[in-house]
Amino acid sequence: MLETGIVWAEIWPPIRLTLELAAVTTVTLLIIGTPIAWWLARSQARWKEAVAAVVALPLVLPPTVLGFYLLVALGPDGPGGWIAGLWGERSLAFTFEGLVIGSVFYSMPFVVQPIRNAFEAFGDRPLEVAATLHATPWDAFWSVAVPLARPGFLTGAVLGFAHTVGEFGVVLMIGGSIPGETKVLSVAIYDFVETLQWTEAHILAGGMLAFAFIVISAMMILEKRIARPRP
Amino acid sequence: MTSTAPALSAAFRGQVGSFTLDVAFEAPLAGVTALFGASGCGKTTILRCIAGLHRLPGRLAVGGQTWQEDGTGLFLPPYRRRVGYVFQEASLFPHLTVRGNLVYGARRAGPAGGQPVIALDQVIGLLGLEHLLDRAPGKLSGGERQRVAVGRALLAQPRLLLMDEPLSALDRQTKEEILTYFEALNKELAIPILYVSHDIGEVTRLADRLVVLSKGGKVAEGPLGTILERLDLRPVTGRFEAGVVLTAQVAAQDPAFNLTRLDHFGQAIVIPQVDAAPGTPIRLRVRARDVALATTRPEGLSIRNVLEGTVAEVREEEGTAFAELLIDIGGGRLRARLTRHAVAELALTPGVPVYALIKSISFDRRSMA
Repeated sequence: MLETGIVWAEIWPPIRLTLELAAVTTVTLLIIGTPIAWWLARSQARWKEAVAAVVALPLVLPPTVLGFYLLVALGPDGPGGWIAGLWGERSLAFTFEGLVIGSVFYSMPFVVQPIRNAFEAFGDRPLEVAATLHATPWDAFWSVAVPLARPGFLTGAVLGFAHTVGEFGVVLMIGGSIPGETKVLSVAIYDFVETLQWTEAHILAGGMLAFAFIVISAMMILEKRIARPRP
Repeated sequence: MTSTAPALSAAFRGQVGSFTLDVAFEAPLAGVTALFGASGCGKTTILRCIAGLHRLPGRLAVGGQTWQEDGTGLFLPPYRRRVGYVFQEASLFPHLTVRGNLVYGARRAGPAGGQPVIALDQVIGLLGLEHLLDRAPGKLSGGERQRVAVGRALLAQPRLLLMDEPLSALDRQTKEEILTYFEALNKELAIPILYVSHDIGEVTRLADRLVVLSKGGKVAEGPLGTILERLDLRPVTGRFEAGVVLTAQVAAQDPAFNLTRLDHFGQAIVIPQVDAAPGTPIRLRVRARDVALATTRPEGLSIRNVLEGTVAEVREEEGTAFAELLIDIGGGRLRARLTRHAVAELALTPGVPVYALIKSISFDRRSMA
C-alpha cells in the first residue's frame, strides 16, 4: 500500500499547524476559562446559569452554525475585521488568529465545565478555612482552590486540546484550507479523500485514532492517580 | 489603643434561615467561654459572625479593636481578623501535609502585635503531633485530624480561638483524649477560647463562663457555677445531664482504698484516687439525678458522700412526676432531681435541713497542678 511516493510535504504541515492551534487554544482557554469557571462556581447571581448556557452552546449547536456566525463576526464587516484593521488587514477570517478565536469558542465548554465542577466539588469550607488563616481571597485562590481543583484543570486541558485537534466544521467555515496557514488535520484528511490520496488519509486518520486512544487512557490513569482521599 | 479592658463584645441581629437571631453578649478575653444551647439555636452563626465568615447586622469589638460597626460600615474581612477557627470537621487542606497545614496560617499571620508568639514546636509538643508531621491528612484518624486543626488555628496567632463543636464528630474515647489536650492548651497558652457546644458535659468540663442560647436569643450568661445552679434554665441546660460544679481541695490520700479525700468548706468528699498534693483544687461535677435527699442522717449506707445542707429552692415541673431542688451546702450548692411525691412526703420546702446523698461524682484534672 505504502510503496508509491507518499507526499510527506503535505502531511507534516497540517499536523504541526493542528498541534500549534490546539496548544495556543488550550493555554488561552485555561487563562480565560478559569475565571469564568470560578465565577460560575461561586457567584450567587441568578443569571449565571444563562451565562453557563451560552458557554455550553457549542455542545449542541451544529459547528457550521457557530462557524457561520464567527465568519460574519471575524469578517471585514464584523468586529474581527475592525481588529484586523489595527494592523492593516481586512479580516480575521481565514487566518491562524481567526482559527484560535473560533477554537476558543468551540472548545470553551470542554474546559470550563470540568474546572467549574472541580471548584464546586470542594465547597466553601476550604476557602473559609484559608480566610481564617489570614489568606486573602487572591492568595486562597492560588494556594487552596487551584491545587484542590487540579483534576478539573487536567481534564479541562486534555479535553480542550483533544477537542480542538478534532474540530472540522468551524474550521472549514472560518479557515478554509490554506496550506500551512489554516489547513488543519481534519480538513487535510477531507482533502486527501477528495483527491483520492487514500494513503495519506490513512496515515492521518490512523494517527488521530491512536492519539485519541492515548489521550483518553492517559487521562483516566492520571485522574486515578491524582484523586486522593479527602478528609 | 484604647483603655478599655480587653474583652469581646458582640451584638448581632438578623434573619438566619427560619429564625431571627438576636443576641448581645460580652466575654472576657481569658479562659473558656462556652456558647451553649440546643442544635439550631444560632450558636454556630454567632461564631461565624465573629470570624467574619457570615455577616449579620450588628457590632463586634475584640480587645478594644472594632471589627464590625454598622454605623460606619466597618466590616473587617475574615482574613484580617486575629481569630483561630476550629470547625466541626477538621477541614484540613488535603493537598498539604500535616506540617504544610500547620504552617499555612503561621506564614500569613504577620507581626503578632505585642502578643507572645505561639511557636510551632510548642504547638507540636502540646498536641502530640511529632510523628504526624509528614503525613497526608487523609491518613490520619479523626482525633488526630482535629488536633492538627487546632494546632493550625493556634499557629495563625489568634487573639481568640473559636471552636465550633470540635468534638461532635468524634467517638467517646477520642473525645476524652482530645479534651485532655484542650485542658493542657488552655493552661499553657493562656489563649481565650469561645467554645460552641450542645453537650453540657463538655461545657462543664472546659468552660469558665457560659452564654446560654435558645432559639436565636440569649437566655442567660455568667460564670459556669452560677448558671448551672439556676433551676429555671433546666429546659435549656437539659434534664438528664443537668448538674452543678463544685471546687474542693485535696485533704488527704487513702492509699489502702485508693481514695482521695477532699475538703469542701469543712465537709468531706471522697473520690477515686487522683494524684494531687494536699491543697490542690479539684473541679467536681455533680448531676442532679445523682443526688438523693434524706431528712435524717441515713445509716448503713453504701454511698460515701453525704453532705449536710438546707433546701434553698424547690421547683416542681408541672405535668411531670419530677421536681428539682437547690441545696445550700455551705459555700456551694447542689441540684437534686426528685419526684414531686418525695418532695411532698418529706415536706421539702426552703429552709428545711437535709442530707444530700451523692451517688456519683465526675471530676476533671484541669485545675490540678
